Amino acid sequence: MNIWVYAEITDGAPTTGTLELLTKARSLGTVAAFVAGDVGNAAAALGAHGAATVLATGDLAGRLPGPAVSAAMQALIAGGNAPDLIMMPMTYGARDIASRLSVKLDKTVLTNNVEISTDGSVNVTTPVFGGNVMVTTTFTGTGPHIAMFRPKSFVAEAGGAGAGTVIAVAVPDADATGAARVTAVHVEESSGPKLDEAAIVVSGGRGLGEAAKYEMIESLAKILKGAPAASRAIVDAGWVPYSYQVGQTGKVVKPSVYIACGISGATQHMVGMKGAKNIIAINKDKEAPIFGIADLGIVGDVHKVLPKLIEALKARG
Amino acid sequence: MNIVVCVKQIPDPANPGALDPGTNTLKREGKLILDESDSYGVEMALQLVDKAGGGEVALVSMAPNGEVSGLRTALAMGAARGVLVSDPSLQGSDALTTAKILAAAAQRLGSADLIIAATESSDGYTGTVPEQMAEVLGLPSVTFAKKVEITGGILKAQRQTDAGFDDVECPLPLVLSVTAGVVEPRYPSFKGIMAAKSKPVETVTAADLGVAGVGWAGAGQKIVSVVAAEARGAGEVVEDDGEGFAKIVSFLENLKVI
Ligand SMILES: Cc1cc2nc3c(=O)[nH]c(=O)nc-3n(C[C@H](O)[C@H](O)[C@H](O)COP(=O)(O)OP(=O)(O)OC[C@H]3O[C@@H](n4cnc5c(N)ncnc54)[C@H](O)[C@@H]3O)c2cc1C
Ligand SMILES: Nc1ncnc2c1ncn2[C@@H]1O[C@H](COP(=O)(O)O)[C@@H](O)[C@H]1O
Repeated sequence: MNIWVYAEITDGAPTTGTLELLTKARSLGTVAAFVAGDVGNAAAALGAHGAATVLATGDLAGRLPGPAVSAAMQALIAGGNAPDLIMMPMTYGARDIASRLSVKLDKTVLTNNVEISTDGSVNVTTPVFGGNVMVTTTFTGTGPHIAMFRPKSFVAEAGGAGAGTVIAVAVPDADATGAARVTAVHVEESSGPKLDEAAIVVSGGRGLGEAAKYEMIESLAKILKGAPAASRAIVDAGWVPYSYQVGQTGKVVKPSVYIACGISGATQHMVGMKGAKNIIAINKDKEAPIFGIADLGIVGDVHKVLPKLIEALKARG
Repeated sequence: MNIVVCVKQIPDPANPGALDPGTNTLKREGKLILDESDSYGVEMALQLVDKAGGGEVALVSMAPNGEVSGLRTALAMGAARGVLVSDPSLQGSDALTTAKILAAAAQRLGSADLIIAATESSDGYTGTVPEQMAEVLGLPSVTFAKKVEITGGILKAQRQTDAGFDDVECPLPLVLSVTAGVVEPRYPSFKGIMAAKSKPVETVTAADLGVAGVGWAGAGQKIVSVVAAEARGAGEVVEDDGEGFAKIVSFLENLKVI
């Protein structure tokens, strides 16, 4: 089976989500990475994780990925180079590409998956109801099948292969659909370990009451050498950037300890953190759903528990 | 400024749904409500039309059984009219078919300067419908917008990214998907609720819109299994008596992370 993996590169290196998909893909067939942008030195890592070839569009020059990259993919497919399967990480850029491509090819796209299997047909699995139920769907009809996967669905592991062979891919002239332009890029600064790689994650929700109180989450994370995180409620409220969000539409984290402070435990939040080895929850409502999955639950006020906890940990030095 | 807003009508999330064991799709029974995610799009549209000094906000929705209660909520907020696509043959449609239907319904309302949807629906959350609609209509798009303004026929937005946000510009017409929190949705006033009762909602079928191959037959997917995931049990839950923090300290000590 021929597989394309849509590969994302930041700061010159493939994202972890990309390497996860490549690792899985190479167990299913022959893999090409599809890069929107310049490959730079990333061909080595892409190759080591399974990409025999690297299809690259070169810099998109301010175009949004959706129209430009889907057009480039369609042109390759129309030229007789159709893969059987296209795997993409569940990121914003990739979502736009998959959506546009599905219309161009008149094929369905299946999103939010965490598992894939092939037995003549291609089957993908997605969690519903906060991960309590797993639904497996098979693609009917002919390929290319387009499937998107949540982060951390697979474990990234390098194999022995060398760098992938880079092949330049033309981006067809944009029609009206490509009229949007990026005029400036803003990167939110962050320090400490990356949220999706941290061993300890301290997460705050609406129960903190106000934006200023998020400072407690940051200090606790700092003392524990962990990463601060958030529920969508306080991201939407503008207290912290989107990059802090854990859950269905944010990051998936699997740290050894996840500390949820003033978070109710909505199903959409839990799918992003229930893979943590240990979960600690602080919530003043003893009926809060988060207690249903917490290894240690403290029914209490974050404004009382957190300052004491921070003080006690500081005192230990 | 004429704006079309996609409004999905969904079962009340307060009563989580279930999968129909016969068809393996989400059961959609009882009264449907306006998806909260779409209330942001409705509010944004009302504000943009207001700023432009004229025009109208119209709605499109696809829902079974001629369901209009969610549409009425959006009309009560201030939208002028709507098209409802309701047709038993649509049952089992995938996101691609939904996008084709909504695109055709939007066109039925006349030419719009802007079509707004939410980044993902609360119940289905495929997250692909807005960008698929844009492609069906041959329009550009600005997705995942968290701040929007329009001047001189150009839309400027902050587009949320994994690293932060991008400033994006695009000439109208286009499809826009907005995140929750982009604006504060208004509550319908009593006057608005009364007025909404007589606002026009046209109900049409897939055939009326000229979209073929819908429903189960047209979907490029089929559910093959539904299984319960391994449940994660609850551990110890204690009331904070002023010493709750110490429980956490010893828990972390036992794990040897401190
Ligand atoms: C399509 C879709 C996608 C979504 N994706 C995500 C996602 O990726 N991530 C996500 O997090 N959410 C997501 N959501 C939103 C989700 O449904 C919830 O609305 C959100 O997670 C709630 O955040 P919260 O727990 O901070 O707030 P709330 O649900 O309001 O909970 C606040 C909690 O704080 C407690 N509390 C209040 N005061 C105190 C105090 N002083 N001390 C201690 N506890 C206190 C309360 O008891 C309550 O349990 C999504 C929703 C939709 C529809
Ligand atoms: N049946 C529908 N009726 C109206 N709008 C819809 C429908 N399905 C999807 N949408 C719109 O598309 C957005 C994304 O939906 P989804 O792709 O299902 O996550 C929703 O938030 C709505 O704005």
